[in-house]
Amino acid sequence: MSRRRRARATLVLIVLAGAGLLVGAGLRDTVTYYRTPGEVLAGGDAAGARLRLGGRVVPGTLRQDGGQTRFRLTDGSHEIDVVQRGAPPDMFREGRDAVVEGVLGAGPVFRADTVLVRHGNEYRPAGAESAGTGARRNAGGEPTPG
Amino acid sequence: MRAENRSRSTTEADRRGLGWLTAGLGGAGLVVGLVVAPTDAAQGDAQRLMYLHVPAAWTAFAAFAVVALASGAYLTRRDLRWDRYARAAAEIGVGCTALAIALGAVWGKATWGAWWAWDPRLVSTTLLLIVYCGYLCVGRAGPVAGHSERARHRAATHTAFLGVAGFALVPVVHFSVVWWRSLHQPATILAVHGPPIDLLMGIALLLCVAAFTTGAAWVFLRRVDALERAAAASRTAGRPTLRSGAR
Repeated sequence: MSRRRRARATLVLIVLAGAGLLVGAGLRDTVTYYRTPGEVLAGGDAAGARLRLGGRVVPGTLRQDGGQTRFRLTDGSHEIDVVQRGAPPDMFREGRDAVVEGVLGAGPVFRADTVLVRHGNEYRPAGAESAGTGARRNAGGEPTPG
Repeated sequence: MRAENRSRSTTEADRRGLGWLTAGLGGAGLVVGLVVAPTDAAQGDAQRLMYLHVPAAWTAFAAFAVVALASGAYLTRRDLRWDRYARAAAEIGVGCTALAIALGAVWGKATWGAWWAWDPRLVSTTLLLIVYCGYLCVGRAGPVAGHSERARHRAATHTAFLGVAGFALVPVVHFSVVWWRSLHQPATILAVHGPPIDLLMGIALLLCVAAFTTGAAWVFLRRVDALERAAAASRTAGRPTLRSGAR
């Protein structure tokens, strides 16, 4: 009886370890949801590989032309130009954080098919915004000086 | 009849007060959250989803903590009462987790621009939901008619181990936004340098958290009472399969 139980416990452990390994391998892209411009520019990705790029939308770089949206993402030291076919979500603004999904092309220009807006954990009424979020009321596409 | 009443943990009257408290807190939270609290500068009215999403997630965590404690108590005391407590709490936890995921999807669509993302917080929360759904399935052999006392204890032992082990996922879900790089924002109320939230918004949030907590406690006590009644019925019936004829 105790031998059978031990065998069963061992089997359960092996199955759990295997499942854990599979889940861990499958979630590698989840654990680091996006990469910064600096990390992406440093290379190491196969050409044409899909990846997620995250950073702050550089003020003054947002433009819409011919059904395409162009802007630049920065991590403070490195910047990458992004081209998106279509329009970004409503909450997308210059100075806010965004995560884009797509492929890094020549230029380098990042060709995104998905644009997501990140938001901070700060909640303030309009008119009393803190500088930390950089969430300025700024209509998309409107160029801001500097 | 009297003995059976005494064996139950709470009476109808005990629970009614909790129900009214929940109604009061919920009403206040609704008014403050929808009318009094200001509109968020960055997210607009979509931010008000926070007043349901955050309490649902918090209540789920609290419920799973009760599952772990009750499971531990069952393993040490071997009293099926603790198994019933754990089951009732797990049902509430699963419901609240599902609610938090659903509301989060709506909030995500409004602010991120996507219903779902393969983000550490979202994936770990879904994992939590799956594990506790599994818990409820394993525990299906609870006080069901036709099962012997020994079979019930064996099922309760299995679920109790899962109830203790499953709680390991709760800190993973909570800290997923700190440990890993995610799309989901970090905690506000539990932020290290004080909550970066407007006072009225904070009050609305706390009222809703209180309403969810007391509401969950109310549902928990009602459910425990129902489970105790079912267990008592199957005990007095002797041969549970002949429940209707045994009296």
